[in-house]
Amino acid sequence: MSITVKFFARLREQVGHAEISLDSASDVQSAWRQATQNIDMPDNTLCAINMEYVDIHATINDGDEVAFFPPVTGG
Amino acid sequence: MPCLIKPEPFDPWKETQQHQQTQLERGKYGATASFVGTMRDFNQGDNVTSMTLEHYPGMTENYLNKICEEANQRWDLIDCLIIHRTGKIQPDDPIVLTVVWSAHRKAAFEACRYLMEELKSRAPFWKKENLKDNENENNRWIEKNTPG
Repeated sequence: MSITVKFFARLREQVGHAEISLDSASDVQSAWRQATQNIDMPDNTLCAINMEYVDIHATINDGDEVAFFPPVTGG
Repeated sequence: MPCLIKPEPFDPWKETQQHQQTQLERGKYGATASFVGTMRDFNQGDNVTSMTLEHYPGMTENYLNKICEEANQRWDLIDCLIIHRTGKIQPDDPIVLTVVWSAHRKAAFEACRYLMEELKSRAPFWKKENLKDNENENNRWIEKNTPG
Protein backbone atom coordinates (compact mmCIF):
# COMPACT_ATOMS: atom_id res chain seq x y z
CA MET A 1 0.00 0.00 0.00
CA SER A 2 1.29 3.45 -0.82
CA ILE A 3 -0.28 6.80 -0.06
CA THR A 4 0.98 10.20 -1.18
CA VAL A 5 0.51 13.05 1.27
CA LYS A 6 0.89 16.65 0.08
CA PHE A 7 1.07 19.92 2.00
CA PHE A 8 0.50 23.39 0.58
CA ALA A 9 1.21 27.02 1.50
CA ARG A 10 1.67 27.78 5.21
CA LEU A 11 1.20 24.13 6.17
CA ARG A 12 4.01 23.07 3.83
CA GLU A 13 6.32 25.51 5.57
CA GLN A 14 5.21 24.42 9.04
CA VAL A 15 5.54 20.71 8.32
CA GLY A 16 8.82 21.18 6.46
CA HIS A 17 8.08 19.21 3.29
CA ALA A 18 5.73 19.38 0.32
CA GLU A 19 5.18 15.66 -0.15
CA ILE A 20 5.74 12.39 1.66
CA SER A 21 4.81 8.75 1.00
CA LEU A 22 3.25 6.51 3.62
CA ASP A 23 2.97 2.75 3.55
CA SER A 24 -0.48 2.81 5.08
CA ALA A 25 -3.02 5.02 6.83
CA SER A 26 -6.61 4.24 7.74
CA ASP A 27 -8.05 7.72 7.49
CA VAL A 28 -7.09 11.34 6.86
CA GLN A 29 -6.42 12.09 10.51
CA SER A 30 -4.06 9.13 10.75
CA ALA A 31 -2.24 10.23 7.58
CA TRP A 32 -1.72 13.68 9.11
CA ARG A 33 -0.27 12.20 12.33
CA GLN A 34 2.17 9.97 10.48
CA ALA A 35 3.21 12.53 7.88
CA THR A 36 3.76 15.31 10.43
CA GLN A 37 5.06 13.21 13.32
CA ASN A 38 2.14 14.29 15.48
CA ILE A 39 2.18 18.05 14.97
CA ASP A 40 -1.18 19.49 16.12
CA MET A 41 -3.41 20.06 13.11
CA PRO A 42 -4.51 23.73 12.90
CA ASP A 43 -8.29 24.06 13.41
CA ASN A 44 -8.94 25.56 10.00
CA THR A 45 -7.01 22.92 8.00
CA LEU A 46 -8.70 21.73 4.81
CA CYS A 47 -8.27 18.14 3.61
CA ALA A 48 -8.64 16.50 0.22
CA ILE A 49 -8.44 12.94 -1.13
CA ASN A 50 -7.71 12.65 -4.83
CA MET A 51 -8.38 16.39 -5.22
CA GLU A 52 -11.86 16.34 -3.64
CA TYR A 53 -12.60 17.99 -0.28
CA VAL A 54 -13.18 15.49 2.55
CA ASP A 55 -13.31 15.65 6.35
CA ILE A 56 -10.58 14.29 8.62
CA HIS A 57 -12.42 11.02 9.20
CA ALA A 58 -12.57 10.08 5.52
CA THR A 59 -11.19 6.62 4.71
CA ILE A 60 -8.02 6.29 2.65
CA ASN A 61 -7.48 3.62 0.01
CA ASP A 62 -4.28 2.29 -1.54
CA GLY A 63 -2.85 4.71 -4.08
CA ASP A 64 -4.79 7.73 -2.81
CA GLU A 65 -3.35 11.23 -2.82
CA VAL A 66 -4.14 13.04 0.42
CA ALA A 67 -3.63 16.80 0.72
CA PHE A 68 -3.64 19.26 3.61
CA PHE A 69 -3.82 23.02 3.23
CA PRO A 70 -4.99 26.22 4.94
CA PRO A 71 -8.15 28.13 3.95
CA VAL A 72 -7.96 29.14 0.31
CA THR A 73 -7.32 32.79 -0.57
CA GLY A 74 -7.44 33.07 -4.35
CA GLY A 75 -9.21 35.60 -6.52
CA MET B 1 -16.27 26.94 -20.67
CA PRO B 2 -12.50 27.25 -20.40
CA CYS B 3 -10.75 27.61 -17.04
CA LEU B 4 -7.11 28.60 -17.38
CA ILE B 5 -4.22 28.91 -14.93
CA LYS B 6 -1.62 31.44 -16.11
CA PRO B 7 1.88 31.58 -14.63
CA GLU B 8 2.57 34.73 -16.70
CA PRO B 9 0.79 38.12 -16.78
CA PHE B 10 -2.37 38.26 -18.89
CA ASP B 11 -4.58 41.02 -20.27
CA PRO B 12 -8.16 40.33 -19.13
CA TRP B 13 -9.68 42.65 -21.76
CA LYS B 14 -7.83 41.03 -24.66
CA GLU B 15 -8.65 37.55 -23.34
CA THR B 16 -12.34 38.46 -23.09
CA GLN B 17 -12.41 39.95 -26.56
CA GLN B 18 -10.49 37.06 -28.08
CA HIS B 19 -12.72 34.44 -26.48
CA GLN B 20 -15.85 36.28 -27.54
CA GLN B 21 -14.67 36.68 -31.11
CA THR B 22 -13.38 33.14 -31.59
CA GLN B 23 -15.70 30.98 -29.44
CA LEU B 24 -19.12 32.62 -29.36
CA GLU B 25 -21.75 32.59 -32.05
CA ARG B 26 -22.47 36.14 -33.19
CA GLY B 27 -25.93 37.52 -32.50
CA LYS B 28 -26.77 34.97 -29.78
CA TYR B 29 -25.54 36.69 -26.61
CA GLY B 30 -27.16 39.84 -25.26
CA ALA B 31 -25.28 40.15 -21.95
CA THR B 32 -21.62 39.89 -20.99
CA ALA B 33 -20.73 40.29 -17.29
CA SER B 34 -17.13 40.23 -16.18
CA PHE B 35 -15.11 40.62 -12.99
CA VAL B 36 -11.40 41.41 -12.84
CA GLY B 37 -9.48 41.08 -9.58
CA THR B 38 -6.32 43.21 -9.51
CA MET B 39 -3.43 43.24 -7.04
CA ARG B 40 -3.38 46.19 -4.62
CA ASP B 41 -0.19 47.70 -3.19
CA PHE B 42 -1.66 47.82 0.32
CA ASN B 43 -3.29 45.38 2.73
CA GLN B 44 -4.17 45.61 6.42
CA GLY B 45 -2.35 48.94 6.70
CA ASP B 46 0.92 47.69 5.15
CA ASN B 47 2.60 48.40 1.83
CA VAL B 48 2.77 45.29 -0.32
CA THR B 49 5.47 45.17 -3.01
CA SER B 50 4.61 41.84 -4.61
CA MET B 51 2.73 38.66 -3.98
CA THR B 52 3.26 34.97 -4.71
CA LEU B 53 0.27 32.90 -5.69
CA GLU B 54 0.49 29.16 -5.08
CA HIS B 55 -2.08 26.57 -6.14
CA TYR B 56 -2.74 22.83 -6.14
CA PRO B 57 -2.28 21.77 -9.77
CA GLY B 58 -5.04 19.43 -10.84
CA MET B 59 -7.42 20.18 -7.99
CA THR B 60 -7.55 23.84 -8.99
CA GLU B 61 -8.61 23.05 -12.53
CA ASN B 62 -11.12 20.46 -11.26
CA TYR B 63 -12.79 22.98 -8.99
CA LEU B 64 -12.84 25.82 -11.52
CA ASN B 65 -14.51 23.49 -14.02
CA LYS B 66 -16.92 22.26 -11.35
CA ILE B 67 -17.90 25.83 -10.46
CA CYS B 68 -18.53 26.67 -14.13
CA GLU B 69 -20.67 23.55 -14.55
CA GLU B 70 -22.70 24.46 -11.46
CA ALA B 71 -23.30 27.99 -12.79
CA ASN B 72 -24.34 26.55 -16.12
CA GLN B 73 -26.91 24.35 -14.38
CA ARG B 74 -28.30 27.18 -12.24
CA TRP B 75 -28.59 29.80 -14.96
CA ASP B 76 -29.23 29.77 -18.68
CA LEU B 77 -25.73 30.62 -19.89
CA ILE B 78 -24.05 30.66 -23.26
CA ASP B 79 -20.47 30.48 -22.05
CA CYS B 80 -18.10 31.15 -19.12
CA LEU B 81 -14.42 31.99 -18.97
CA ILE B 82 -12.17 31.90 -15.89
CA ILE B 83 -8.49 32.85 -15.91
CA HIS B 84 -6.37 32.93 -12.74
CA ARG B 85 -2.74 33.95 -12.26
CA THR B 86 -0.16 32.02 -10.31
CA GLY B 87 3.48 32.76 -9.43
CA LYS B 88 4.96 36.12 -8.52
CA ILE B 89 2.69 39.07 -9.22
CA GLN B 90 3.11 42.82 -8.94
CA PRO B 91 0.69 45.59 -7.92
CA ASP B 92 -1.73 46.41 -10.74
CA ASP B 93 -1.36 42.92 -12.26
CA PRO B 94 -4.68 41.21 -12.92
CA ILE B 95 -5.10 38.20 -10.64
CA VAL B 96 -8.39 36.76 -11.81
CA LEU B 97 -10.92 37.15 -14.62
CA THR B 98 -14.43 35.70 -14.64
CA VAL B 99 -16.70 36.32 -17.61
CA VAL B 100 -20.21 35.08 -18.30
CA TRP B 101 -22.16 35.39 -21.53
CA SER B 102 -25.92 34.92 -21.62
CA ALA B 103 -28.95 36.08 -23.56
CA HIS B 104 -30.11 38.45 -20.78
CA ARG B 105 -28.38 40.44 -18.03
CA LYS B 106 -29.86 38.77 -14.92
CA ALA B 107 -28.21 35.41 -15.59
CA ALA B 108 -24.90 37.03 -16.57
CA PHE B 109 -24.69 39.26 -13.47
CA GLU B 110 -25.72 36.54 -11.02
CA ALA B 111 -23.58 33.80 -12.52
CA CYS B 112 -20.50 36.04 -12.67
CA ARG B 113 -20.87 36.80 -8.96
CA TYR B 114 -21.38 33.10 -8.26
CA LEU B 115 -18.19 32.14 -10.11
CA MET B 116 -16.11 34.63 -8.13
CA GLU B 117 -17.53 33.80 -4.71
CA GLU B 118 -17.25 30.06 -5.24
CA LEU B 119 -13.72 30.42 -6.63
CA LYS B 120 -12.68 32.40 -3.56
CA SER B 121 -14.07 29.84 -1.13
CA ARG B 122 -13.28 26.55 -2.91
CA ALA B 123 -10.50 26.81 -5.52
CA PRO B 124 -7.16 25.91 -3.88
CA PHE B 125 -5.09 29.07 -4.33
CA TRP B 126 -3.03 30.76 -1.61
CA LYS B 127 -1.50 34.23 -1.54
CA LYS B 128 1.72 35.18 0.20
CA GLU B 129 2.45 38.89 0.47
CA ASN B 130 5.91 40.42 0.30
CA LEU B 131 5.95 43.53 2.46
CA LYS B 132 7.93 46.66 1.74
CA ASP B 133 10.35 46.95 4.63
CA ASN B 134 12.32 43.77 4.13
CA GLU B 135 11.35 41.64 1.21
CA ASN B 136 13.41 38.64 2.21
CA GLU B 137 12.26 38.35 5.77
CA ASN B 138 8.94 40.09 5.90
CA ASN B 139 6.55 37.78 4.08
CA ARG B 140 3.15 36.71 5.29
CA TRP B 141 0.45 34.35 4.12
CA ILE B 142 -2.98 35.85 3.70
CA GLU B 143 -5.07 33.92 6.22
CA LYS B 144 -8.59 34.61 4.95
CA ASN B 145 -10.53 36.39 2.24
CA THR B 146 -12.20 39.73 2.67
CA PRO B 147 -16.02 39.50 2.74
CA GLY B 148 -17.60 39.59 -0.72
